[in-house]
Amino acid sequence: AQDLQLQLHYCPPPAKYGGRHTVTLIPGDGIGPELLNHVREVFRFSCVPVDFEVVHVNSALETEEDINNAITAIRRNGVALKGNIETKHTMPPSVKSRNNLLRTSLDLYANVMHCQSLPGVQTRHQNIDIMIIRENTEGEYSSLEHENVPGVVESLKIITRNNSLRIAEYAFRLAREKGRRRVTAVHKANIMKLGDGLFLQCCREVASGYPDITFDSMIVDNTTMQLVSKPQQFDVMVMPNLYGNVVSNVCAGLVGGPGLVPGANYGRDYAVFETATRNTGKSIADKNIANPTAMLLAGCMMLDHLKLHDHASSIRNAIFTTMNENRLHTADIGGQGTTSEVVQSVMRIIQSKGQLTAEF
Amino acid sequence: IKISLVCASQPPPAQYGGRHTVTLIPGDGIGPELANHVRELFRFCCVPVDFEVVNVDSTMASEDDINNAIMAIRRNGVALKGNLETNHNLPPSYKSRNNLLRTTLDLYANVMHCQSLPGVRTRHRNIDIMIIRENTEGEYSSLEHENVPGVVECLKIITRTKSLRIADYAFRTAREKGRTRVTAVHKANIMKLGDGLFLECCKEVASGYPEITFDSMIVDNTTMQLVSRPQQFDVMVMPNLYGNVVSNVCAGLVGGPGLVPGANYGEDYAVFETGTRNTGKSIANTNTANPTAMLLASCLLLDHLKLHAYANMIRRAILSTVTETRLHTADLGGQGSTSEVVQSIMKAVESTGPRTLSL
Repeated sequence: AQDLQLQLHYCPPPAKYGGRHTVTLIPGDGIGPELLNHVREVFRFSCVPVDFEVVHVNSALETEEDINNAITAIRRNGVALKGNIETKHTMPPSVKSRNNLLRTSLDLYANVMHCQSLPGVQTRHQNIDIMIIRENTEGEYSSLEHENVPGVVESLKIITRNNSLRIAEYAFRLAREKGRRRVTAVHKANIMKLGDGLFLQCCREVASGYPDITFDSMIVDNTTMQLVSKPQQFDVMVMPNLYGNVVSNVCAGLVGGPGLVPGANYGRDYAVFETATRNTGKSIADKNIANPTAMLLAGCMMLDHLKLHDHASSIRNAIFTTMNENRLHTADIGGQGTTSEVVQSVMRIIQSKGQLTAEF
Repeated sequence: IKISLVCASQPPPAQYGGRHTVTLIPGDGIGPELANHVRELFRFCCVPVDFEVVNVDSTMASEDDINNAIMAIRRNGVALKGNLETNHNLPPSYKSRNNLLRTTLDLYANVMHCQSLPGVRTRHRNIDIMIIRENTEGEYSSLEHENVPGVVECLKIITRTKSLRIADYAFRTAREKGRTRVTAVHKANIMKLGDGLFLECCKEVASGYPEITFDSMIVDNTTMQLVSRPQQFDVMVMPNLYGNVVSNVCAGLVGGPGLVPGANYGEDYAVFETGTRNTGKSIANTNTANPTAMLLASCLLLDHLKLHAYANMIRRAILSTVTETRLHTADLGGQGSTSEVVQSIMKAVESTGPRTLSL
């Protein structure tokens, strides 16, 4: 058995240049650029000691130069904040998804999404508090496909013991850290006996080392059905890549939509933050109607990662106050506010708390 | 490739004095008791159907039982089944019996019609979605191997022939039922060749049905839309695994696994069961299972056999019973028992006047 020397959160790079961190910023496509501009605006206003190194990735190009530059920048800085990079269907299959390339090259093996019901957002379900830990590098997203016989395509879903043990370890350690009591593995081992069977087995092995945490498993179809009827029963969920995709989108839908939930991709050495449901939002780009909450909260997660907890809390509180007390909502959660109005409100609240801020 | 398909296979000619013979596979968990209720109801309503019961023991490693069942279905052409449990503890060489049945009989289309029922309180209303799921390939190919220890490869197979076939089925069904929109659910941005092929086949078929709007949606966005605004969907077509997830989400939205029936159609055979294929082990033999899904599946069976009058009569009785809140079973939040629900349905049938046995 391999000796897994993992640290749950790696130590952030030592702050250089007079106590300021440098973070890679990838604007992406669609609503990415405008939302990230707002993040920069809020950070600048709150005097957050973070400088952004902007790297553009052109998703229309076939060469991988852009994304490789971005990856190099992230290796250099250790942390990144990104918008989603569009994967055009019309390009040839050899053009791999840029987001996927980034995740696999940097080995960002854990995608963590924390779905919580927000008091100010009206949803059909209340009291949801689910942590989804999704394997981020293998599974169905291996991009290994071939067509040996014309008209017959084989897509390979890869499950390995190492990666499964690793993600299960991550899940249990996170659960313990956050004081969570139950971890549920989501799988389809009755059909994919070897693949998901291996995943499940790895989860069980790791679970035996955490007797304080209850471990159970559920088949993915039952899971999604339970999620839409009684989501309050779930605590922490761990699963392979594709089920993670589906389950996290269902949960995001349950707590109010793609505009609210931030997501984080953790690896051993790097961390990349983005919106949880990775939408490009092409249809609402540049219209000042996108919900900036998810991206701003992702920025707060990044600040927590850099151990700038005070700044993270102050911005987060301002966002929640705007959402829950002022009820300033954008169109996706049923309101009529614009992106800039929400951001202005956040900045006003930060200023009203008396901290040092830049000029308004 | 010339594909000559028949949407629903012609029912076997009624023999033996106008009575149909249908294979019945009780299955595990709540299957046997629900199958008994179906038989009870059919006998009560004097439905001209005889059931040939074939028991399949899911604990045995040999495939004799399931092969007998398959033979019986080939003979009769139609079947009603409960779910057969797939025990995780058995070795991987033991294939899922349900999957074996579907692939051997080439039941390529799984059709599930999710509709909001008036008497059932749910968080969403006015849902009317038809889900057409490819039933024989995709992620359910049962082809896995471990070339290197600790590294498992699962093959997901997508073929042009089957994708065209299921797309054609979807569009033909949409046209038949007067539906206006078909949405293909996929993940072609990641699985470019596989789901890309599926999407391409759907687009090809769509061009032959200009009156029906065709669009596509990525599976993660689809599930998110389903939990926020399910009313936007009309007919959905998709490969096997997404079909599994999406149909369970929709079943959850309209009230749960106890309400929705499912049908598996092939070129020559048809097998009916509950939509979400649950064994219900934990509630077996406690008289608390919801019989609605299985009974509605039997109505689909009767429609397939062209016994429409019986189908409509029983369906009306079921729907009138389900609006009666005090008869709701535990899964719908009530305290009614299975037998109470069935009795009520039989009473409802009797009161509409046709010839029945005595209650």
